Amino acid sequence: MLKALASQFRTLWTILQHSFTKAETVQYPEQQPYLAPRYRGRIVLTKDPDGEERCVACNLCAVACPVDCIALQQGVKEDGRWYPEFFRINFSRCILCGMCEEACPTYAIQLTPDFEMCEYDRKNMVYEKEHLQIEGTGKYHDYNFYRVSGLAITGKDKGQAQNEAEPVDVKSLLP
Amino acid sequence: MSELGTITFGLFIIVAAVGGAAVLTWFERRLLGVWQDRYGPNRLGPLGVYQVAADMLKLLTKDDWVPPFADRPVFVFAPTAIVVAMLLGFAVVPFSPDLYLLDINIGLLFFLGMTSLAVYAVLLGGLASNNKYALLGGLRSAAQMVSYEVFMGLSLMGVVMLTGSFSLRAIVEAQRDLWYCIPQFLGLFTFIIAGVAESHRLPFDLPEAEHELTAGFHTEYGGMKFAMFMLGEYLGLILISCMITTLFFGGWLGPWLPPVVWFCLKVFIIICFFILLRAGIPRPRYDQLMTLGWKIMLPLTLFNLLITGAIALWLEG
Repeated sequence: MLKALASQFRTLWTILQHSFTKAETVQYPEQQPYLAPRYRGRIVLTKDPDGEERCVACNLCAVACPVDCIALQQGVKEDGRWYPEFFRINFSRCILCGMCEEACPTYAIQLTPDFEMCEYDRKNMVYEKEHLQIEGTGKYHDYNFYRVSGLAITGKDKGQAQNEAEPVDVKSLLP
Repeated sequence: MSELGTITFGLFIIVAAVGGAAVLTWFERRLLGVWQDRYGPNRLGPLGVYQVAADMLKLLTKDDWVPPFADRPVFVFAPTAIVVAMLLGFAVVPFSPDLYLLDINIGLLFFLGMTSLAVYAVLLGGLASNNKYALLGGLRSAAQMVSYEVFMGLSLMGVVMLTGSFSLRAIVEAQRDLWYCIPQFLGLFTFIIAGVAESHRLPFDLPEAEHELTAGFHTEYGGMKFAMFMLGEYLGLILISCMITTLFFGGWLGPWLPPVVWFCLKVFIIICFFILLRAGIPRPRYDQLMTLGWKIMLPLTLFNLLITGAIALWLEG
């Protein structure tokens, strides 16, 4: 009983000591908090070092998305590259979990340290491809999907990618 | 004082108490912020003091809504009752040797009566809301207040015994040599706890207990009627602080400074202490509250009474 009372008084004393500690609060609009480069904020679509869009419209991000906020349509260019005909992210649904970034095989979709996307109209939260696409390469500067993948496009046939062996004629391996 | 002077002073006390309670809403939030390592409202005006005006403006412009299932007359009456009862309690507070409204020989009893009336407001508010949470809050507050009322009165009897009077001015005058907080420290301890329970502030705010009863007895209240309940709560806080000052800390007594300043200073410090209690102590469970009241506090007050009585008799020879 007395021990319990003493504990209450010790609580009060501890809290009284906090009169002299500094507030933890970050005064947000005036005082910007530090956001790490890998902070998961607004989603962007990046381009490869050659300035071509990285997205190959594989739909993996749309599948990985737990809230189904990504919609896209695949198209094929004349040179054999795949690209999204449209790419739409509904940021009023997006929970900025980063699953899309993890699922992306081409580093096309990336999350950035920006979260200030408030809008007065909900419709404005739907970002189309032209809003998402940026000119740079994002976090991965040298990566170019078509240079390492085996897909044949104009100017690069099968077996010509980096670290790729020439295709083997399987019939020549027969016993 | 002349009749006109008394009326003017009465009106002044009402305005000062209500204004004080309004500023206290802001001050409490700031002080809680300091103790919890944050800022609290600091955006509007210097140190955020205009927050009071903003809050009032917001509450005044809210829809004055009475739920269709509520008992309308009682529902409207309840918030008024608490403010009126608390304001009446201020009538007997002696602010300085010359500044007081009433100096009646039952001043202390009058104060106890007025704070007890406040339980009706909570009870009626809970009952008239016709809502389960509100009813539970009302029930709790009734039980809590009745339990704590018992030893609230008894804890002050030691002071009365030492003074030999119920008049608050006489009690202050009797503390010229020694404040009653020293010979009556048990009385002070129990009275503070009873006072917190009586003004149902944290940690004894079980009638509202927002984590279990949404908002308790004022669940259905909104706008100005809700504001009246809050006003009543803060008025109760100021009144209890005034009473503790008067009864245990020598009221207006003190060197150098004018008596009113001393009085206000002591009240201010005690209010800060109440806010510290709110910042520090968690809310007890309901049965713990009842156990504390009946099994610990009541025997403790009776013990205090016994000792005080014995010493008073012994001193008389």
